[in-house]
Amino acid sequence: MKQMKLVFIFPENIVEEPVTYNLISEYGVRVNILRASIDPGKQGRMVVELSGEEIQISQGLNYLENVGVRVTPLGQNIQRLEDRCTSCTSCIPHCPTQALDVDRESWNVTFDPEKCIVCFSCLETCIYNAMSVEEQFA
Amino acid sequence: MKKHKINKSYQDINERIRTGEVVVVTAEEIIDIVKKEGPVEAARRVDVVTTGTFAPMCSSGAFVNFGHSVPRIKASNVWLNNVPAYAGIAAVDCYIGVTQPCEDDPLNKVYPGEFNYGGGHVIQDLVAGKKVHLKADAYGTDCYPKRIVEKEISLRKLPNAILCNPRNGYQNYNCAVNLTNKTVYTYMGALKPRAANANYCSAGQLSPLLNDPYYKTIGLGTRIFLGGAEGYVTWSGTQHNPRVERTKKGFPNTPAGTLWVMGDLKKMKPKWLMGVSIQGYGCSLSLGLGIPIPILNEEIVQYTAISDEELFTQIADYGHDYANGISKSYGQVSYAELKSGHIKFRGEEIPTAPLSSIVRAREIAEMLKRWILKGKFLIGEPQFTLPIR
Repeated sequence: MKQMKLVFIFPENIVEEPVTYNLISEYGVRVNILRASIDPGKQGRMVVELSGEEIQISQGLNYLENVGVRVTPLGQNIQRLEDRCTSCTSCIPHCPTQALDVDRESWNVTFDPEKCIVCFSCLETCIYNAMSVEEQFA
Repeated sequence: MKKHKINKSYQDINERIRTGEVVVVTAEEIIDIVKKEGPVEAARRVDVVTTGTFAPMCSSGAFVNFGHSVPRIKASNVWLNNVPAYAGIAAVDCYIGVTQPCEDDPLNKVYPGEFNYGGGHVIQDLVAGKKVHLKADAYGTDCYPKRIVEKEISLRKLPNAILCNPRNGYQNYNCAVNLTNKTVYTYMGALKPRAANANYCSAGQLSPLLNDPYYKTIGLGTRIFLGGAEGYVTWSGTQHNPRVERTKKGFPNTPAGTLWVMGDLKKMKPKWLMGVSIQGYGCSLSLGLGIPIPILNEEIVQYTAISDEELFTQIADYGHDYANGISKSYGQVSYAELKSGHIKFRGEEIPTAPLSSIVRAREIAEMLKRWILKGKFLIGEPQFTLPIR
């Protein structure tokens, strides 16, 4: 059994294809949608957690590649800019997965990309623009 | 008979700074010292206690003189990187306020607005050594005929740039919650409905004015850490209000005193003046401020030994009450509780977060300590202290 968190980027031309349905029914992959958004006329974006046998997942990912869905590992998309972060911690209550956390003794803020589901809450909360996102998702 | 057992003058302390004998500790370190040694021994041994705070301080801005052109202009309107500055003073002087958004900002038309660039960002860019575009227009006079000036300015080449903040360093501040059913975007941050989070903004036991609750050492001429350089307290700040409810030891339970501060922008560092964008509210500036408190006697050292457990603030509703001028407390919490990351409110645990950076506050208190230990920074004796009534 394998498990992984990924971001799917759907180009405009395949937004109408039932990609998730196919992934489940044709390839037997379990799909847990953590977050999804579609910009009309632009692109769709979905944060998912996949689980299944290694062979199912790799076949499923092949299928996605063939239909033109771009797949990137989750967590590399949001960055914490250390020179802008003042460790004020105002992002912490807004982070749903504790990817952003603080040591209450030193008050240093840490960011664990493994736990991040790219919900953008921290980007909206941070007054210093210390959390940044790669250009293609912005 | 003298009122105190220990009596040191400003001159005594400055002499010890000059000779390198001075003993300086931070407002956090003094807590245990007074606990162990008692106030009299602590006051005998320690000369200065350093404080610090780093947080958004909206009542801030800088006077900029941008130099005369040929022919001369008396500017009516001035923009710095497209952010309007106040120009209703002499010919080439202006004041750039930190909450001023840039022209063409969509503001809250797409709610909640992002407020990406404003006066605070202009100040940070200037201090970082970046070129800033200046535009000025005028109606033209016999002595000032020019109607328009456009040029790139940099802090180094400006004739003068002086940070002049009419209200900084609030002595205590509210703890904000939102009791309505929809998220509100305030200067205290985004507050989720039904009190799902609480925001506060004070460095607590490190905060400058909370370490000298009756302003016994702070007034016009107090030399301070301001934006990474040396600055001064020049007056009490606007809305300075010492007449509030206090604890038995004299510490205010609500926002109270404030500071008017000034300093030479040219000497400051961008790390300590950061433009901020507060979602749905606007632009501002986060500023580093620290005050050294001279330990003149055991009474003063006792004040500086205050800890987060003994400092309190009020929970206020920013969903409805604040906007409508209703000052009602929904409970009192200590800074120790707030800093734990959760408070108990109406039977529920709710997460808390400061707007004020404890990491930076500690860094300021440490820097100020180093400056004094090196003999570079003398204690400024105030001409008069801030009003206590």
